[in-house]
Amino acid sequence: MSHAHLKSTDSVADWRKDFPILQQSVNDQPLVYLDSAASAQQPASVIEAVARYQREDHANVHRGVHTLSHRATDAYEGARDKIRDFVNASSRTEIVLTSGTTESINLVAQSFCRPRLGPGDKILITHLEHHANIVPWQLVCEQTGAELLVAPIDGQGQLELDVLYSLMTDNVALLAIGHVSNALGTINPVKEIIERAKQHGIPVLVDGAQGVPHMSIDVQDLGCDFYAFSGHKMFAPTGTGVLYARESLLDAMPPYKGGGDMILEVSFESTIYNELPYKFEAGTPNISGVIGLGAAIDHLQAIGMARIADYEADLHDYMVHKLSELSGIRLIGTASSKASVQSFLLDDIHSHDLGTILDHQGIAIRTGHHCAMPVMTHFGIPGTSRASIAFYNNNDDIDRLVTALTKARKVFG
Amino acid sequence: MSVHAIEKDNIQDLYRELILDHARAPRHFGRLEGATHTAQGINPLCGDKLALYLHVDDDGTIAASTFEGSGCAISVASASLLTETVTGLPIEQAEVIFRSVTDRLTATASTPGSEIEGPVRQRMSKLLALDGVREFPSRVKCATLAWHALHSALDGDAKPATTE
Repeated sequence: MSHAHLKSTDSVADWRKDFPILQQSVNDQPLVYLDSAASAQQPASVIEAVARYQREDHANVHRGVHTLSHRATDAYEGARDKIRDFVNASSRTEIVLTSGTTESINLVAQSFCRPRLGPGDKILITHLEHHANIVPWQLVCEQTGAELLVAPIDGQGQLELDVLYSLMTDNVALLAIGHVSNALGTINPVKEIIERAKQHGIPVLVDGAQGVPHMSIDVQDLGCDFYAFSGHKMFAPTGTGVLYARESLLDAMPPYKGGGDMILEVSFESTIYNELPYKFEAGTPNISGVIGLGAAIDHLQAIGMARIADYEADLHDYMVHKLSELSGIRLIGTASSKASVQSFLLDDIHSHDLGTILDHQGIAIRTGHHCAMPVMTHFGIPGTSRASIAFYNNNDDIDRLVTALTKARKVFG
Repeated sequence: MSVHAIEKDNIQDLYRELILDHARAPRHFGRLEGATHTAQGINPLCGDKLALYLHVDDDGTIAASTFEGSGCAISVASASLLTETVTGLPIEQAEVIFRSVTDRLTATASTPGSEIEGPVRQRMSKLLALDGVREFPSRVKCATLAWHALHSALDGDAKPATTE
């Protein structure tokens, strides 16, 4: 798909108009969607790309001689090329398509770590991680006798870098770290952290689920070994995800799942695996979803990730400023470098009660533990309310949020 | 009535004064020493967790009940109302009330405990304050959590009760 047919992408005020779902009322009030960190909405260009594929081009990929199969394969593999370009991987063989960040991380845990781990080895993560970047490592530690190390965070929700660096010892087999915290919005200085890890020969996986929607990503510049992310958090359909991995690492890794498409030749005696990246893509993939992911990348690139990052930085500051002015508010997560997210508590109102009252005013936020229970434990709270923004949000959305929170205080007053 | 007023009414119907009162000052809150029956209630969706303690006499009467834990206003108020309701009742009657409350909040039953007569019936009238959740499908589980814990405590179920 060319950028040419995209409309309305040259003015901030118009960005929102590209998202049909935002043009509705919820509970009789215009929808304010502040839950993009859970799942982002899709622009019309993505919805149309998926629909057109379903209507005109659908067939299975990589296996047909007929025209539709060619079209489907071209569109699917074309999306892979767009993803490669989007994160600046050096080769399309380094782009493994998965069902999401969770599968990407599990793939690394089982295929990269499991064969090389044993008692005495360590996996290093941080206290900021969400469950998808904790549990896969716990599983592989259980399976191999390796140990899980957790680098601590401070009261603002920032990594204690000195401690993190002191935990980087020779028997650490992998560092797995989030780019941006989903619960607190903290941006980790991953480039600097990766440099330090390299000095100890420690491979690094970056969980970029909350990074890719908000900033320009260059995996070569970061120097990471793995970068995992999800389509649905970057305005593409659910069930799509990416694992970027260095080709030399992928080459040495055994397949993660067995099945069709990941083989060259199968007999009952032995099977020859397919070349990269197909070795890791067993079974018929989420073809339409990946085509949607390609369309989402077109949409983002037509606007420009740098413009998005600039705009969101201002909007984030506005959100933090307006929220901090409210009486009874306690902001959770006040790192000096943050993106997209603000968690908070209001008086002693439970976040679910707050979520319900806001929903009744047409405002969608996330409430609870945000699949990051250890982060909540760190602050000694069961959960928070979390507002998260994307480039389709604006100052009015924040004003509506603040008004609704004021009303909530009255209900509980 | 304006659209806005209806919306406001729904919220006020959910957070009735009785609910807010029990949420702010839950009755029988804390661990019960010498409890004969206990159960955990967990809502895996939101992480709400509560523990319910019962002391059941030899004659099968619930002599005391308490709870502790953290949760939203609805789940705390519901647990608080539960302890008020079941204390002093035979366990069979508490089970009937469990069914009646969960049926009423999750399904179609119209009158709570129509099969229950007399003073117990009257005691249950406060539970009608939970009716507001019927308009909020995502919150029904908050209201039923403590009741599922009651059921599993009386059942002697070792596993935590969940709302799932």
